[in-house]
Amino acid sequence: MLLIHCPYCEEDRSELEFRWAGEAHIARPENIAAISDEEFAEYFFLRNNEKGLTYERWRHIHGCGRFFNAARDTVSDRFLMTYKAGLPKQALPETGASEKTVETYEATEGDAR
Amino acid sequence: MVDPVIRSLPLSGSYGGSSAVRLEAAPPAERLSLRARPEDVAALSGALGLDLPVKPKTSASANGRMALWLGPDEWLVIGEEGAGLMQEATNSGVTHSAVDISHRNTAILVSGPGAAAAINTGCPQDLSLAVFPVGACSRTVFGKVEIVLLRTAVDAFRVEIWRSFSDYAFGLLSEGARDAAF
Ligand SMILES: [Zn+2]
Repeated sequence: MLLIHCPYCEEDRSELEFRWAGEAHIARPENIAAISDEEFAEYFFLRNNEKGLTYERWRHIHGCGRFFNAARDTVSDRFLMTYKAGLPKQALPETGASEKTVETYEATEGDAR
Repeated sequence: MVDPVIRSLPLSGSYGGSSAVRLEAAPPAERLSLRARPEDVAALSGALGLDLPVKPKTSASANGRMALWLGPDEWLVIGEEGAGLMQEATNSGVTHSAVDISHRNTAILVSGPGAAAAINTGCPQDLSLAVFPVGACSRTVFGKVEIVLLRTAVDAFRVEIWRSFSDYAFGLLSEGARDAAF
């Protein structure tokens, strides 16, 4: 079972208690009534959908109920770091996996049939 | 002549358990869903007559009531029927949100040497005493439903559950109780 560290509960908890809540660090435009449709679409609809390291919001919905931020590798599904909502995007600790060390489907199972 | 309306508890008539686990419907209680900012916790604690816990996964108990930490600004306060928790919170005079959920929730008391095993049938939390000691509490999941779990003794837990989910929770706990007795 995947364990996720909740920065509010200060504990690793089962993924069953959490819910994904989209890409993190998307700031709502301050002049939202004045921006163009294209700018609104960029803000509201378009996401990077990165392969590999991605910053996401998660919610400990069946725990403390808080939203928080997480750095997750979408290939290995490894949570590299979590931190409280409202904090700026955090740099990964030096020991964290880099893109080069990430196992990919192609590398591990690409020829498996 | 009209029959008087008799209130029955969501789990009245439910029986389950095993040689290792006792399952009982808890008596009716008064319950508050309480939200408040850190600076107002002291005033609310004074008004409710117990110190609202501020450490994750902890609870406090005093004067016949309990307060369970659910989140950084959220508590479940449980008192005896007629305790008047709502009025006490109002008397604090500070900004807060209090919702009376006495009848939204019901509770199942799980006790016996297999209590933790029965709950772990559907709950992913580590219920060893080192990680989940007496007095520890947490909102979590039990099978398909959300519960608030409180450890009241080494081998006893209180499972707070929304009333419409209580049949499901009781049924799954009964299965867990049977498994725990093997
Ligand atoms: Zn949490």
